[in-house]
Amino acid sequence: MNKIKSLDDLRKMKQNLSSDISIREKSNNPDKIVQIRVAMATCGIAAGAREVMNTMLEKIAKDSLPVVVTQGGCMGYCYAEPTVEVKVPGKDPVVFGHVDPKVALDIIDKYILKGELIDGILPVNYQSIQEKA
Amino acid sequence: MVQVKMHLLVCGGTGCRASESKRLVDELNAQLQANGLADEVKVVITGCFGFCEKGPIVKVIPDNTFYTKVKPEDAEEIVKEHVLKGRKVTRLLYEDPETKTHVSDSKHMEFYQKQVRIALRNCGFIDPENIEEYIVRDGYAALGKVLAMTPAEAIDIVKKSGLRGRGGAGFPTGLKWEIASKNKADQKYVVCNADEGDPGAFMDRSILEGDPNSIVEAMAICGYCIGATKGLIYIRAEYPLAIKRLQVAIGQAREFGLLGNNMLGSDFNFDIELRYGAGAFVCGEETALIHSMEGKRGEPTIKPPFPAEAGFLGKPSNVNNVETFANIPAIFLKGWEWFSSIGTEKSKGTKVFALAGKINNVGLIEVPMGTTLREVIFEIGGGIKGGKKFKAVQTGGPSGGCLTEAHLDTPIDYDNLIAAGSMMGSGGMIVMDEDDCMVSVAKFYLDFIVGESCGKCAPCRIGNKRMHETLEKICQGKGTMEDLDYLDNLSKVIKDTALCGLGQTSPNPVLSTMQYFRDEYLAHVIDKKCPAGRCKALKSYVINADKCMGCTLCAKNCPVSAITGDKKVPHVIDQAKCIKCGTCYEKCKFGAIEIR
Repeated sequence: MNKIKSLDDLRKMKQNLSSDISIREKSNNPDKIVQIRVAMATCGIAAGAREVMNTMLEKIAKDSLPVVVTQGGCMGYCYAEPTVEVKVPGKDPVVFGHVDPKVALDIIDKYILKGELIDGILPVNYQSIQEKA
Repeated sequence: MVQVKMHLLVCGGTGCRASESKRLVDELNAQLQANGLADEVKVVITGCFGFCEKGPIVKVIPDNTFYTKVKPEDAEEIVKEHVLKGRKVTRLLYEDPETKTHVSDSKHMEFYQKQVRIALRNCGFIDPENIEEYIVRDGYAALGKVLAMTPAEAIDIVKKSGLRGRGGAGFPTGLKWEIASKNKADQKYVVCNADEGDPGAFMDRSILEGDPNSIVEAMAICGYCIGATKGLIYIRAEYPLAIKRLQVAIGQAREFGLLGNNMLGSDFNFDIELRYGAGAFVCGEETALIHSMEGKRGEPTIKPPFPAEAGFLGKPSNVNNVETFANIPAIFLKGWEWFSSIGTEKSKGTKVFALAGKINNVGLIEVPMGTTLREVIFEIGGGIKGGKKFKAVQTGGPSGGCLTEAHLDTPIDYDNLIAAGSMMGSGGMIVMDEDDCMVSVAKFYLDFIVGESCGKCAPCRIGNKRMHETLEKICQGKGTMEDLDYLDNLSKVIKDTALCGLGQTSPNPVLSTMQYFRDEYLAHVIDKKCPAGRCKALKSYVINADKCMGCTLCAKNCPVSAITGDKKVPHVIDQAKCIKCGTCYEKCKFGAIEIR
């Protein structure tokens, strides 16, 4: 165990450790950061949603992006699985279909970071129960 | 490496542990393992979430799903449905008592919306047995900041923040530190008072269980400010979990070099030891506490000398309560301006309250000073259990008093509560409904005081005993009007003459109930009735002949055969034999038994 000998050591240690708890910090203010929801029902998982989710998580952790990834149930677009819903604060949610790891990275690079739209957007024609309430 | 995508926070406070949260954690881990998710999902044992009424709590991060009353058997469903497939387990979600809808996100629960968490900032958020998580939450950064200042500058910040002692009396913390810092001695001590003795109070325990490192850091800060190198935590032995977590925190801090010599590269040295109390109420009084730590009898002595002059082993000592310390790191991190912007003119910051009694959401809350009792009891607390009528709220423990409906809109702060005849105390809040007899409540607190009086001074030892006897007499229906005057007079004498703060405040429950519920005392004394139907000697069970169907159920269940009557003929209770156990009242299906 390395002793913390100065304030700089303490800061460094905080930096090194912060990824572990950042998921909790992010969830403290979910409305202010980008939320990605990966549909993880049986159909989604069978189509490769798990791989998509892990790719996105790795990318977000690597670049410490202010993005939180949650998993949802079946969204009903079984024909287009894996599907990913992205909610940027202040914008309407967008659902991407047929997402594979490559598209997943595109979503982060182009849509989330640069605001460009990419192919594969599905029409959103539902309201969740929380929005109705 | 697989990324952790989800955290399951499980409450590991004493309350939830009692409901098998430990086994729940094992079960969750086993289920994750079985489903191949052990690398992706992390189970974290945290401190108290505050929502003890519905424990054990499991909070799923990042979607903030708040599961209540989770049993070990529910682990499989949570893992297979929520973790694996993203479907929330609806039956375990919190149900809003009014709208009857399920609230999945804790951010939308009324219980949390009004709260501001400073002392409880890390409770239910970090793993209390892992100092690394505390460091990520800016732990020990406040200490780093303070070590770069002079002690006088640091004390000035505490003074400007307006922080007052959270243990009960509300003495300004900065001033206390300043006095201790000015007294010269070869050795000084920082003492943390973790002897939480009020019935129904569990604020300090929850802080120690949920965020022990914040206390360790704050004590080190205090040590630097007053020039002490030793810290002592006086904690009651009845708090085994809090003790264990403190030991872990102190051990880890030493390992990391955050306690010991030359902390954070400075020439400041500090270390902390634990001292165990046997759970005596009087040892929460600082002079008695110090005597107990010295191995002497836990008896108070007259102040002055204050502990700041001659405390532990006769050396200058600064005694602060757990919650007071818990506020310190936040003040240095966010600045005194921020802290003093919260609260009322003379009471700054927040206060943690333990809600107990006849309230829907029993639990631990933290609200800004100046929040009204109504907001605390009806909005955060969810109102009175079973839709009954609110009668009174007891604050400040055995030293406090009972407040009534008329006080519900009073903003809570030190001065307002004292003006209303109660006090802040350490933060226990016991809610009473229409079924509670206020004379019995006063008797309960006096019973506590009589048992806990250290016996050193006569007013407390003998006076409270006489008060208790008089209240007992009133509850038996043998009270007279003179007894009420006697109680009033004796209360004032004890207040004026008792030696320590505990004795001086011990008549408060009697005085406040006599003031606000005089009609109830009069009913006991003049009409020989207990309006709430609590005092056994003053109530009688009578069968209403019009409603009695003669089913014989009451007679069969009466343990002393006091009820007689033929089948299908109204029965009669023999008052001479009746022991007033209430069994007949509970058993009767026709509501024919009445309490008079």
